[in-house]
Amino acid sequence: MNVTALSLPVVLPEAIVAAGVLALIFFGALRGERTQGLVAEIAVALLAAALAVVVADQREAAATFFGAFVDDPFSRFMKALALIGSLVTLLLSIDFMRNEKIGGFEFPVLILLATLGMMMLISAGDFIALYLGLELMSLSLYVIAAYRRNDLRASEAGLKYFVLGALSSGMLLYGASLVYGYAGTVSFTGTAAALHGHGSLGVVFGLAFVLAGLAFKISAVPFHMWTPDVYEGAPTPVTTFFASAPKMAAMAILVRVAIVAFPGVSADWREIVTFISIASMALGSFAAIGQTNIKRLMAYSSIGHMGFALVGLAAGTVEGAHGVIIYMAIYLAMTLGTFAGILSMRRDGAYVEDIADLAGLARTNAPMAFFLGAMMFSLAGVPPLAGFFAKFYVFAAAMKADLYWLAVIGVLLSAVSAYYYLRIVKIMYFDEPAKAFDRPGSAARVVLALSTAVVIFYAFAPAPLTDAAMAAAKSLF
Amino acid sequence: MSGSWILSGLLVLPLIGALLILVLRGEGEATLNNARWIALWTTLITFVLSVVAWERFNPAEPGFQLIEQHDWFSHVILYKLGVDGISIPFVLLTTFLMPLCIAASWTSIQTRVKEYMIAFLVLETLMIGVFVALDLVLFYLFFEGGLIPMFLIIGVWGGKRRVYAAFKFFLYTLTGSLLMLLAIMTMYWTAGTTDIEALLRFPFTAAMQKWLWLGFFASFAVKMPMWPVHTWLPDAHVEAPTAGSVILAGILLKMGGYGFIRFSLPMFPVASANFAPLIYALSIIAIVYTSLVALVQEDMKKLIAYSSVAHMGFVTMGLFAANTQGVQGAVYQMVSHGLVSAALFLCVGVVYDRMHTRDISAYGGLVQRMPRYAVAFMVFTLANVGLPGTSGFIGEFLTLIGAFQANAWVALIATTGVILSACYALYLYRRVIFGVLEKPSLAGIVDLSGREIAVLAPLLVLTIYYGVHPQPIIDASAASIDSLLKGVGQALSLTKTAGL
Repeated sequence: MNVTALSLPVVLPEAIVAAGVLALIFFGALRGERTQGLVAEIAVALLAAALAVVVADQREAAATFFGAFVDDPFSRFMKALALIGSLVTLLLSIDFMRNEKIGGFEFPVLILLATLGMMMLISAGDFIALYLGLELMSLSLYVIAAYRRNDLRASEAGLKYFVLGALSSGMLLYGASLVYGYAGTVSFTGTAAALHGHGSLGVVFGLAFVLAGLAFKISAVPFHMWTPDVYEGAPTPVTTFFASAPKMAAMAILVRVAIVAFPGVSADWREIVTFISIASMALGSFAAIGQTNIKRLMAYSSIGHMGFALVGLAAGTVEGAHGVIIYMAIYLAMTLGTFAGILSMRRDGAYVEDIADLAGLARTNAPMAFFLGAMMFSLAGVPPLAGFFAKFYVFAAAMKADLYWLAVIGVLLSAVSAYYYLRIVKIMYFDEPAKAFDRPGSAARVVLALSTAVVIFYAFAPAPLTDAAMAAAKSLF
Repeated sequence: MSGSWILSGLLVLPLIGALLILVLRGEGEATLNNARWIALWTTLITFVLSVVAWERFNPAEPGFQLIEQHDWFSHVILYKLGVDGISIPFVLLTTFLMPLCIAASWTSIQTRVKEYMIAFLVLETLMIGVFVALDLVLFYLFFEGGLIPMFLIIGVWGGKRRVYAAFKFFLYTLTGSLLMLLAIMTMYWTAGTTDIEALLRFPFTAAMQKWLWLGFFASFAVKMPMWPVHTWLPDAHVEAPTAGSVILAGILLKMGGYGFIRFSLPMFPVASANFAPLIYALSIIAIVYTSLVALVQEDMKKLIAYSSVAHMGFVTMGLFAANTQGVQGAVYQMVSHGLVSAALFLCVGVVYDRMHTRDISAYGGLVQRMPRYAVAFMVFTLANVGLPGTSGFIGEFLTLIGAFQANAWVALIATTGVILSACYALYLYRRVIFGVLEKPSLAGIVDLSGREIAVLAPLLVLTIYYGVHPQPIIDASAASIDSLLKGVGQALSLTKTAGL
């Protein structure tokens, strides 16, 4: 890999977002409150530009800032996912903010800042860069969670998230400092080299803390406690954001740290990841059954899905990393589509979030019921929808790595989780119709239809995604 | 390769019909009729195309024919289709039953007609796919994908406890199938391919066969269904609309048996031989126990559902006897049961459409008002019993011969099932058709309409035709079954010599 002191082309996407966000702060501060819509649109354009640069990037893998910032196929792939998540969230938020009369130009700006943090995080090549990216992302997220500051639930959500998030950041920092103490370097590749293929107890200790801090960000059990409350309490576009982009970034860095920095102690972290994975799958599958609020249900669903994705990491192989990457990509499409559906649940001008509000949707709004139904079947992992292939890749990797019990437990838990996704289909298709929803905004309709198309037609043309994911996975090893 | 588009055509045609219905606008009676006609024509054309496939098919050739192959996932998982003597009868059975299902739903389905027809057409594609897929993952896709339309069919157009039945059906089948998926992944890593043709030749070690066999068993036993995982079937049958029951009994149950023949027997011959006692035990429990259960049912559909479980017991017994008669009998029994049980559910549907009850006690003396119906119902009842001269006889007889060669005791106990089936089937017939027509509600009941005759007549003709002339089905599958059993025999003698 070509390591330089400073190479602008390598950090071009980040430069675009950083410059844009600074300009937007000035613009918003000068023009005042009424500019929210315009600022959001400019932010969308900035993200689209960054996305285009990331996707078009065909150069060799390179590192800059003396190796602190890595630009390889893996980081490009995950950055593209995070950017798509942020971009779609912003698109979806415009209608919501207008309807709910939540003002302020800061919202798009904060999303951009968080996205910048994610990009930094995904490309991190050492623990310092990791921490910088993580904190830039997290601090923006704390504010976004409590963005509707007059709302009690939102403030509670923000506060909870902040307190627990700060704790987890502290744990991560502590773990990183332990690793530094034993390895004598903060760089990932340096750490791997310094450990000479085996780690002392102190390193494993530090590793556990680092994993705990990152597990918090992907809301894996036992660091999931904040998730249901924050998902339910935050305004829906914020929940959409939490469920999509930050998860991509945090999962990316979790995979990178585990595989690049600690290959020598893989037996140790694979054990930890296996435990986290089983616990998350189990909690996500069982706890969601009794939920009545769809956002809360999606919180448990996301916990479960992170567990499924971690099955791939537990394998610790190229196939496993490949599986995680594909899982995250497909999960992104499913979660964005589902939240676009939730944002379309608006009756008589007010947003509703109870699962029961979907009753009989198949008769009042057949296309929306079809799209949401496809999302649910895909989330449940029923073929031929994309969600099935996501699970296929991670479980296949686990089987190859001889993790038979993990795979058996995983598929059985996925059958359990199928129950609550089916329940939503049942409410939409079998129950007597409730009053029809208002006509959804065009952004929500487009996102819902597009994600359904991705979920249904992925099986017809899997090559682009799977090949790119394979290239990304190989760049880690 | 000539004719290599036919199987893809079979998969695509129903989807085209579904798309056409999807773009229909409006909710008026004319639109609904259009939807019904489109569905009927689509299924008829699909049937004609499957007959063309049957014509091009050469029964003397044991291997796969009409093969079609494209790269799909990373050059390992293929889009590969083909048929052999074992799968082609099921393809024809599927395409044959579909138009009947559409016609049977003509007037009984009045709500959400368009969605109903779309669900059935999509289901047809997925069912055909199961039988023509020559790649394991592709097979799994079709096998599992069928759950979605069936779940909706039971849940939306079903009876009172439809939600419970739909969930039970879905979750039971899904859980079983997921274990099969793990087995598929293991085979993928071990053999480096999911091409069924290559896997049929791949020698899995005996230790591995055991686990793989169990994985496939979990899925097919639920689908079949075998005792004790059969409990979803009576619920699903009772609550499903008539055409849904027809498809469930006629085709979905056959997927389990087809899976056993296609995968378990030839790919894991050693494990199949080792586990045969287990299968025998479960089969005779299914035959005797569910026959007894059928005897006390008060609901017509439930009775036929339990009888299906018993008949599938003959299939599994014959299959794992692993001799020519047994396997051939199993295939024959499945095709015959596909016709007969489908016809019986249609018969129940006929009176249900008139009286809106399936309680046996609500009927009696129907022969006086519905002579034609009584005749049709009688033929199918006798075929269900396995009377010589009906298709039901050939299958049961062959499986019993096969089982007798493998294990005389098993055959002996299973034979009591034949007697029991006569008990419950004739008992049902007597209570519904014979006796005095004394219930006032039945006074105005009318005999079969032209449409209903058109639906039942083809089934009746085939039931008797295949009862006296079984050769077409046996000839079609003989070559493939022989080569399959030869392979199994070789594998078994190889392990024996290795063990010595």
